[in-house]
Amino acid sequence: MIKTDILIIGAGPTGLFAVFEAGLLKLKCHLIDALPQAGGQCSEIYPKKPIYDIPGFPEILAGDLTNNLLEQCKQFKPGFTLGERAETIEKQDDGSFIVTTNKGTQHQAPIVAIAGGLGSFEPRKPLINTIASFEDKGVEYFIKDPEVYRNKRVVISGGGDSALDWSIFLSNVASKVTLIHRRNEFRGALDSVEKVQELKNNGKIKLITPAEVVGLVGDDHLKAVVVSQSQHIPIEFEIETDHFIPLFGLSPKLGPIANWGLEIEKNAIVVNNALDYQTNIPGIFAIGDVNTYPGKLKLILCGFHEATLMCQAAYQIINPGKKYVLKYTTVSGVDGFDGTRKEAPKQIVKSID
Amino acid sequence: MKQDITIQIKDREGKVHTVLAPTDMAMNLMEVVRSYELAPEGTIGICGGMAMCASCQCYVLNDTILPEMQDDEEAMLSEAFYVKDNSRLSCQLHITSELDGLQVELAPES
Repeated sequence: MIKTDILIIGAGPTGLFAVFEAGLLKLKCHLIDALPQAGGQCSEIYPKKPIYDIPGFPEILAGDLTNNLLEQCKQFKPGFTLGERAETIEKQDDGSFIVTTNKGTQHQAPIVAIAGGLGSFEPRKPLINTIASFEDKGVEYFIKDPEVYRNKRVVISGGGDSALDWSIFLSNVASKVTLIHRRNEFRGALDSVEKVQELKNNGKIKLITPAEVVGLVGDDHLKAVVVSQSQHIPIEFEIETDHFIPLFGLSPKLGPIANWGLEIEKNAIVVNNALDYQTNIPGIFAIGDVNTYPGKLKLILCGFHEATLMCQAAYQIINPGKKYVLKYTTVSGVDGFDGTRKEAPKQIVKSID
Repeated sequence: MKQDITIQIKDREGKVHTVLAPTDMAMNLMEVVRSYELAPEGTIGICGGMAMCASCQCYVLNDTILPEMQDDEEAMLSEAFYVKDNSRLSCQLHITSELDGLQVELAPES
């Protein structure tokens, strides 16, 4: 059982900044995220795109913002449960909550802050009607452990960065890599496209375009995929394979959180914006894009503000009656849980002769 | 000066809405759909309008002349599902007076 003060669901910008604000109040945080890395949408959808409305940053790449937030909060040693989706929540007799992920990891905290953005990212599955029966029997939507594919035959479909990057990587691991895409053009970083071209020329990757996987063959386990190639005359043929990895991106779904008894409106969690962004369940807060209230704006800068107020309320719940006044980091410095201290240099007091 | 244009949008339930869209607010069709709440929040415009998610895919139903597709829209549509010959990403259709009378249908959620 992982125990912490504030359990944050969602490791996007709002969740990461909450770690910093909580740390200033000596509260420890642990974050759960369905994605394998921190940053939320900023890392998953648009890491290389600039953002222009982060206060103090005229322009910053979404990926750099994530790295900065991780750097800013690192002295407060947040814990991470990544690649797992928060599934259930149970209130305990002592008022705390136990949150269990889809992989069974349990977390206990007196405060739960949902910073889940648009929800957890789920893979977009191709429209092949038998695909569900082959899931984990040769069909995988994520590559968790590349070693699974050692000396196996792999078919990847998709035309974006992840399809390109995994084709490149697995060309050194798998016995055969086939990349299938609906067009001849790929949408990815230039060096990835060029690398795939080179591997294709060397016979390390078999490229089939413009084509699409339209069917799956096998009994207990996948044996082959049916490919439809649209040349002058469309043809259909089978490719024997051990694995089929469709990489068509991810789409966010509110998911299990919708069943936690929280008041939901327009796919978002209703909170008290006049006070502390608490939900209808005391002790559970919702901050950032996942919440809604009159006048709500889904902006990162609004998430930062909401995270800050949430932490103050969390402090009051965890330390009832304990006195505290807001301090400025410039005045009091930042004392990390790792023993580090950041502080403003002392003013120089020196006489002039 | 006329600043609003009329657009007909069939939602995912098949209901047709005739809406006014301003041409002077730098809006795109995806944003018009959201402003009239014709699709639930969180199911359209997920990437915010960067042609990076295809959640705003629509089918163009009439012969209104539209701006040509750029590379990123074409690439995204090549990875999307339920794509037809008349598919466009509504986030890439900027509201201009040329779009007056446009008729579209929202593609299914995927």
